[in-house]
Amino acid sequence: MATITLKLNNKSHTIDADPKMPLLWAIRDLVGLTGTKYGCGIAQCGACTVHLEGKPVRSCSIPVSVAANKNVTTIEGLSSDNSDVVQRAWILEQVPQCGYCQSGQIMAASALLKSKPNPSDTDIDMAMQGHICRCGTYPRIRKAIKRAAQLMTQK
Amino acid sequence: METADKSLSRRNFIKITGLTGTAFTLGIGFSASGKDMTVVRAVTAETTNVEVNAWISIDTQGKVTIINHRSEMGQGSFQSVPQMIAEELEVSLDQINIVFAPGNGRRYGSQVTGGSSTIRGSYQKLLRLGASARHMLVDTAAKRWGVKASDCYAENGEVIHRASGKKLNYGELVTETAQLEPPKEVALKNPQDYKIIRKPLPRQDTPIKVNGKAIFGLDFKLPGMLYAVVERSPRFQGKVVKFDDAETRKVPGVKFVLKVNRDEFDNMREGVAVVATNTWAAIQGRKLLKVDWDDRAFPHHNSDELYAKMRELVKGDPISFRTMGNTAKTFAKAEKKIEATYETPYESHSCMEPLNCVANVTDEKIEVWGPIQGPDWIQQNISGHFKLPPEKVHVNMTFLGGGFGRKAFTDYPYEAVMISKEIKAPVQVVWTREDDMTIGPFRPGMVYQCKGVVTEGGRIGSFETKISGQNMDLQNPGADKSAYNSSDTEGFLEGYFNSIPHYSFGDSPLDSPVPVMWWRSVYASTNAFAFESFLDELAVMAEKDPLDFRRQHLGERYQLLIDKLEAVSNWKAHKKNEGLPADASAKVGYGVAITECFSSIVGEVVKVSKDAIGKVKIDKVWAVMDCGWYVNPDIIKAQIEGSIIMALGAATKHETTFKDGKAVERNFDSYKMPRIQDTPEIEVHIMDNEEKAGGVGEPALPPFTPALTNAIFDLTGKRIRKLPFSLDAIA
Ligand code: FES
Ligand code: FES
Repeated sequence: MATITLKLNNKSHTIDADPKMPLLWAIRDLVGLTGTKYGCGIAQCGACTVHLEGKPVRSCSIPVSVAANKNVTTIEGLSSDNSDVVQRAWILEQVPQCGYCQSGQIMAASALLKSKPNPSDTDIDMAMQGHICRCGTYPRIRKAIKRAAQLMTQK
Repeated sequence: METADKSLSRRNFIKITGLTGTAFTLGIGFSASGKDMTVVRAVTAETTNVEVNAWISIDTQGKVTIINHRSEMGQGSFQSVPQMIAEELEVSLDQINIVFAPGNGRRYGSQVTGGSSTIRGSYQKLLRLGASARHMLVDTAAKRWGVKASDCYAENGEVIHRASGKKLNYGELVTETAQLEPPKEVALKNPQDYKIIRKPLPRQDTPIKVNGKAIFGLDFKLPGMLYAVVERSPRFQGKVVKFDDAETRKVPGVKFVLKVNRDEFDNMREGVAVVATNTWAAIQGRKLLKVDWDDRAFPHHNSDELYAKMRELVKGDPISFRTMGNTAKTFAKAEKKIEATYETPYESHSCMEPLNCVANVTDEKIEVWGPIQGPDWIQQNISGHFKLPPEKVHVNMTFLGGGFGRKAFTDYPYEAVMISKEIKAPVQVVWTREDDMTIGPFRPGMVYQCKGVVTEGGRIGSFETKISGQNMDLQNPGADKSAYNSSDTEGFLEGYFNSIPHYSFGDSPLDSPVPVMWWRSVYASTNAFAFESFLDELAVMAEKDPLDFRRQHLGERYQLLIDKLEAVSNWKAHKKNEGLPADASAKVGYGVAITECFSSIVGEVVKVSKDAIGKVKIDKVWAVMDCGWYVNPDIIKAQIEGSIIMALGAATKHETTFKDGKAVERNFDSYKMPRIQDTPEIEVHIMDNEEKAGGVGEPALPPFTPALTNAIFDLTGKRIRKLPFSLDAIA
């Protein structure tokens, strides 16, 4: 066990954890933020995606010690009032069905739009292919990413 | 499901909603005879023999509260139920507060969210409830103004006097209205006048599903709650002989290791639970656990053996379900006839949210929280097993991260209750993805043998299907194994039974220790592949266009759907090669399938083509849904998109296989899912008619696969009769 400082959504949390514990479980069980989801635990589904220093990562496959003292953003940190452009687009296109995969989808889309403000279909395929949606919201995810790109130009 | 007590008492409504007696509260239900739908006032509800199973309440602020009696697992009942009430009550959606109904002794009729039944099972009740309340509020206002009720109307939560423009808010009217008797009859709105129903209004649960605030089962926490994972027998019915937990207990955070049971179709399945202060510690502890299993009492099958048995079984005499004429004789004498066998795989539900459940057992009561499709079943099951009256078993539904049939089952809450009872603390049982994918129950694998005859005039002369697979109803101890499966025809259009002179449907169930369970659209999800592929084969034999071939057997409602499908997919132009480059017809294929289940009819056309290197790809899917009366077209569209993509996965990506009595596919690395780049364009159309409401969440799944394989036949001449297949492997 080790004392670890996690910087989650600009807030510091000191936790006592097995350094090998995946970041996912530290965020969910030790800090208590549950927006980041468990889907597979082996980097196959993307449900657990968070930003580590701005880059999308699979929190199920990163030991919490690696994230210590670095900036981690979860879905809760994107905005809690849905003012973020990706969240707005997701609402406009009515993407979620069950909603379980959507935190991960949104975090991936948000990272994509930061690096490519006007992504092509191929860019979207590349960035989103690691994210499973069992409800099959893919057509709407694609539309919402394009919608968000549009919204960004209007700002 | 039938239970003795189907009513929801007024007291309990008040308890759930927190509303006091000052509000105007109206209930609806059926009289003891079960025949007449009756609206009752709250004050008289307890003295009548009406079993109330839905309530609405309006408080002095004009705020409307209703209880949603179904789970929300993505299909949109969170949205469609208030949309129905708002329409007839004449309020806006944001005036409605919706409360989830817990399955805790308060009955709403069957609460199991399955069979796509949320709307079709309750809409007439909910519309009438809203209309009655509106009617009474208008009466109260008219009386107060001394005018005729017919000179007033309701809109946006207010009653308005047409001539003077005077207005009263519903909140100002509730006290007096609560004294009125509800009308015996009330006229419902004409669908042409709908303002809220049939509009693609945004879902109210979307905002909390894009910022992490929606609480799913796995997100639910109680103070002092511990986390458990369970090592269950890797073979389906293994018993724990002994276990060694010495290493497990050394993992920091591990608190308890104990043997547990899980109630699977009334059979007790055994496991060993590791309970810890966090999920990860429990998972680590479990890895170090050594369990000896006794699994000698049942066969350790491989998939090959299961299918070999089923192929044998379809050759024998089935337990007959629905027959007409004499298919055997007709087939024997016929000239134009064919025979084909189709096979579909076992599948895992693999909801994105793995199974989980929180339980807290105290001296007074048992409380359960989780992603639950069937709260009343769970209440009944737990109340029975733990010998507690039903009102002391509280089952609470969180949001569900997918359900698809798996979360209607009672095993996972049972296990959580057992652990909490033993350790005397609240506990969350977490199924890892591997648990979720390998323990089952699964969609049963099936083999279909079809025999058909085409008449001189190019019609279906005879249609026979023999089915083998595990019958989901036969798993409970003492089940009658000679009973036919009434789902043998699920997916087949009802209209064919009026026009095919000889038909026969029956099944020869397979006996196997693999647990099986409903999977989105249930038997139709596999039946349709056989029925609709075989119809296509018959159409080819009859040398008829697949749409025309079907059309000649069907009545008006089906014909309208076929016309629509033909028009939107530009089917005729394709068939005549109109407007296509000279060599294009060789490079595109169109296929169709039309199925019926849960009272809805869905037709789908799939277009496939070969790309530059000769690989087959799906270009587009057109879907036409006839679900009769409907509420929200955008939710229907979303459900159709989702159903098609789920079907695409089962057709071309994944299957569960068994080796030595164990499920082989354990996670998404081997159970491959369709991804964003695999998704074709999907165009959805909804038929407008006045038919009764049908299901929406499932019926669009069955037709996709046969429409796809029929399209591949059209393109390549290759008939696919076994699922799953790889698109890449088609030359
Ligand atoms: S839970 Fe991390 S990728 Fe699936
Ligand atoms: S919305 Fe249900 S898994 Fe994506």
